[in-house]
Amino acid sequence: MLDLLSDHTFRTVFLGTAGIGAVSGAVGCFAYLRRQSLIGDVVAHSSLLGIMVFFLISYLVTGEGNKSLFVLIPGALVAGTAALLLTRWIIAETRLKPDSGLGVMLAIFFGSGILLLRWVQRATPNIPGKRGLENYLFGMAAAMTESDLWMIGGLGLFSILLMLLVWKEFKVFTFDPVFTQSLGLNTNWLDTLLLMMMVIGIVIGIQSVGVVLMIALLVTPASSARQWTGSLGAMVMLAAGFGAFCGGMGSLISFRWSNMPTGPVIVLVATSVFLFSLIFAPGRGLVYRYARRKQMAREARLEHQLDIDVGENQTGGMG
Amino acid sequence: MPEVTPALKINGLTVAYDSIPVLWNVDLSINPGVMMGVVGPNGAGKSTLLKAVLGVVPTLAGRTEVLGKRFTKNRQQIGYVPQRTSVDWDFPTTVLDLVTMGTYGSLGWVWRPGAKQRKQAMAALERFELAEFAKRQIGELSGGQQQRAFLARALVQNAPIYFLDEPFAGVDATTEKAIVKLLQSLRDEGKTIVVVHHDLTTICDYFDEITLINKKIISTGPVSCAFTANLLEKTYGGPIKNCGIDCGFRDAPVELKGLPAESNDA
Repeated sequence: MLDLLSDHTFRTVFLGTAGIGAVSGAVGCFAYLRRQSLIGDVVAHSSLLGIMVFFLISYLVTGEGNKSLFVLIPGALVAGTAALLLTRWIIAETRLKPDSGLGVMLAIFFGSGILLLRWVQRATPNIPGKRGLENYLFGMAAAMTESDLWMIGGLGLFSILLMLLVWKEFKVFTFDPVFTQSLGLNTNWLDTLLLMMMVIGIVIGIQSVGVVLMIALLVTPASSARQWTGSLGAMVMLAAGFGAFCGGMGSLISFRWSNMPTGPVIVLVATSVFLFSLIFAPGRGLVYRYARRKQMAREARLEHQLDIDVGENQTGGMG
Repeated sequence: MPEVTPALKINGLTVAYDSIPVLWNVDLSINPGVMMGVVGPNGAGKSTLLKAVLGVVPTLAGRTEVLGKRFTKNRQQIGYVPQRTSVDWDFPTTVLDLVTMGTYGSLGWVWRPGAKQRKQAMAALERFELAEFAKRQIGELSGGQQQRAFLARALVQNAPIYFLDEPFAGVDATTEKAIVKLLQSLRDEGKTIVVVHHDLTTICDYFDEITLINKKIISTGPVSCAFTANLLEKTYGGPIKNCGIDCGFRDAPVELKGLPAESNDA
């Protein structure tokens, strides 16, 4: 444990994954409250295609495939945004329902991404730099370099600052978009900014968590946090804390057993936190609600018994 | 008589969802200080009318003036109370917070509400008898309390005109009466109040003026002229039976005021 913390590589990775968890946990609250987890999942899965295309472009330009996040994250951003825009277009122009539209788009982008990945891996002549590309499916935090950390940190900081700056607008728009528009605020802008924040919260995790499971790190900490608090501010902070914990713990466990993909480990930690919250949180937790029902039943029985007793006394008195 | 600037003046407003027209060439003028009911069958475009004026749904044609100015230049003038069921009440926030949202428009981007805004919100909560719920979760409110919280939120917008979309849907009779009283007191302060309404039996009690609508404006004006059996039939596309409307069928309620006394004499 201690030897790990003094390890420079591990410190980089630990810091990176904790930061990713904090950012995606915080922005995930808005995705959760706007019921956009499916949209988030489409962005995450679609980003694989962008990663592959930008990797290939870097290979065509320099003769060697570049796996730096400075190359791959822009790819993920482009593909994720393209998938969202295409979905929006297909829903507007056809009679396809939103969830079907999203499903179709996810399949197209992710399917093409997988095809390209397979093709790159088997292409002859060999494409230099292709090793480790498959890790973008399920995540490999250990692949994170210091320069990757800068990319993650910069984007993460940007989306958190954005959230703090337009906090009140994000809040009212998430709760009541129509009222927000009646206030005269530009809701198209707000929607775009919120989506942008969410997309950033997703693409910074593609390396450590992987495109397949990234949505879990976005939504699970938010769902856990919601169980504990009734204030949006507290929820966002708590979700950031949960996310950081999951990211950090996930990379720690994954480092201990090397070659274990980080994504599933992080997701398992996040799920444990979620289950714990679901069961033990005061107010909304299962234990609390069960106890409350039991207590109410007891009170009702007691009152009923009391009524009967009073009734008997009265009839007794009269007789 | 000097010409009064109408609170709301709509000219040739046309709205279509996809290729189906919802509102067709609507002209409507509402004088300030009036409580106006907007009535019509389902799908008649009542809610759409409010939303189109607010710019929430796109319009195909027409223009709207609010107090003599284009609405886009005069946005803060209309306070809006959406349908209660249009939001998720499990949203993590307190009743005070919800009502404070009414100040967001005047605050402008980025600025956060402070003590002054919270004071305004508290005052609105007190007026709607919700002060004791200020720190509660909005999810803990009953239907009628939710509706009053929405009204309080609109009240802190401190607008001269209010739009309410079915404020009496799913609230109990006591709450409905309380809400009506508050709306009428706002009207007495000189505010213009436009209410999308469904219950034909209460129209005479609640409103000064009425607009019957079914894609087009069927009639508009004081309840006594605009709310007659013929016009209702035209609006709903058939005779309205057994709905217990009585005042709407009279032609001149002013003269009718003397009637009870006469009948007592007889």
